[in-house]
Amino acid sequence: MLECKNLGIQFGGLKAVDNFNLNIEKGMLYGLIGPNGAGKTTVFNLLTGVYKPTGGTIRLDGNLINGKTPTQINNMGIARTFQNIRLFSNMSVLDNVKVALHEKVKYPLLTSMTHMFGFSKKEKEMDALALEILDVFSLGSKKDVLSGNLPYGEQRKLEIARALATSPSLLLLDEPAAGMNPNETEELMETIRKIRDMYNLTILLIEHDMKLVAGICEKLTVLNFGTELASGTPSEVLNNSDVITAYLGE
Amino acid sequence: MKILNKKTIFNIAVMLLAYVLVFVLINSGILSRQYKSLIVPICVNIMLAVSLNLVTGFLGELSLGHAGFMSIGAYTSALISINTSFLPPALSFFIAVVCGCILAAVFGFLIGVPVLRLRGDYLAIVTLAFGEIIKSVINYLNFTGGSKGLSKIPLYSDYNNFTVVFIIMVICIVLISNLINSRDGRAIKSIRDNDIAAESIGIKISKYKVSAFVIAAGFAGLAGSLYAHNVGIIKPNIFDYNKSIEILVFVVLGGMGNIPGSIISAIILTVLPEFLRGADNLRMLLYAIVLILMMIFNNSKFKANLSLNKTFRKLGKED
Repeated sequence: MLECKNLGIQFGGLKAVDNFNLNIEKGMLYGLIGPNGAGKTTVFNLLTGVYKPTGGTIRLDGNLINGKTPTQINNMGIARTFQNIRLFSNMSVLDNVKVALHEKVKYPLLTSMTHMFGFSKKEKEMDALALEILDVFSLGSKKDVLSGNLPYGEQRKLEIARALATSPSLLLLDEPAAGMNPNETEELMETIRKIRDMYNLTILLIEHDMKLVAGICEKLTVLNFGTELASGTPSEVLNNSDVITAYLGE
Repeated sequence: MKILNKKTIFNIAVMLLAYVLVFVLINSGILSRQYKSLIVPICVNIMLAVSLNLVTGFLGELSLGHAGFMSIGAYTSALISINTSFLPPALSFFIAVVCGCILAAVFGFLIGVPVLRLRGDYLAIVTLAFGEIIKSVINYLNFTGGSKGLSKIPLYSDYNNFTVVFIIMVICIVLISNLINSRDGRAIKSIRDNDIAAESIGIKISKYKVSAFVIAAGFAGLAGSLYAHNVGIIKPNIFDYNKSIEILVFVVLGGMGNIPGSIISAIILTVLPEFLRGADNLRMLLYAIVLILMMIFNNSKFKANLSLNKTFRKLGKED
């Protein structure tokens, strides 16, 4: 469903990502790993339109998406989370998810300003949808808390919840387990599997935690210095001598 | 839902109480003429502060051209009501106010589309420039009376017609605070909190930036038209950058993104200069000192809250 061909981006003389190929099939849980500075987040930024590729193509279900804005790409069905959490920290947990339901439940500006003409019906519909998603991440009881006041692990979960609320077909998770303890990581793995089945998602994730990657990903691509080092099933990739060299040195 | 109802009832009660209080004060003769003449400016300033809060507090963009939009509303409505004196006063006033509001919104759109590509300080400077350009153009044109301005504007919205002004103000406050708590308002607030994340969940950033700017400009125009029909004489100099900054001060002092705060600070800062009339030369100095003190107070309270939170967290961890 997602296909990158010869994807590349150049910042001045630096080729941050070069000749990168990726092919993700529907329903897959795909991992993107690599040492620090390998260009993983840059790939995410290319896929979501934050950066414009200087070479190659990205296709989602056959439709070309390079050159589109992040907003358009989200509307086409790609949602993401961020490595450094980017929540709407002055808004409540519930409102964070409700913003993301923006395209799903619509009403005109006049309704917004008057709170009439079916306002409460639409808002209730939004509340119900948002709570349903929050409950998956057991955040339902914290719906009125300001999202900036949530503990770190829950902020990460809320970011996933917010991304899910845009009803994507492809979900990109940028280090979802960063800063979590082993128990939380375990729980997160369960949740990631659960949401993939519940919402028929395809998931691409960046992760450093090898246990999480080997545990849930069906296929991996290893990135080093902006180029693909290896791809395949977790056991193949993790035993690949090039990969071991890249991570541990000679 | 119940809490929401209680809140609405509370708001309605406050509004009614404020109305009755001011009505009694005007008609019982307790207030001197000097203070009576402050009532409409208070309402006008509240509208300006609340509308600018939409841009500065909720959208998170600094705009220093609000007085420009106010002047467009003031001049449009004044010209219309001067030239439609053959119509019944109520109709003439209605047309004037509506046109003032709409034209200011149109200018908000024309200026907002190119300008809102900029951010932060750059946006502030460009809006400041646009406010001054509007002033200069009004100064130059003939039909606006040049630097002499317009006079003999019918006094449709002076304190004898307080009810009309109050109703318009309440409508303005209600519309804006409703907007904040709606789908569009959430989108606006999300841009303030994190524009990259807002884009990533499919919010059309430029659309919401421009609409917040246009709505704020429209209400500034509305406030301007009430202002024109209160004082009867308008000159371009009234709407210079000092006025814009005065409005910004209402917003900052009342708290960014805090509508009741904007209302209260607009009331206090409109009445304060009148109280300080006795010390005429020191007026602006005292005004500045009050501002500085309130900022320090606001800030320290904010810091106290923060450290309180930290101690609670520490306590929680020890448990």
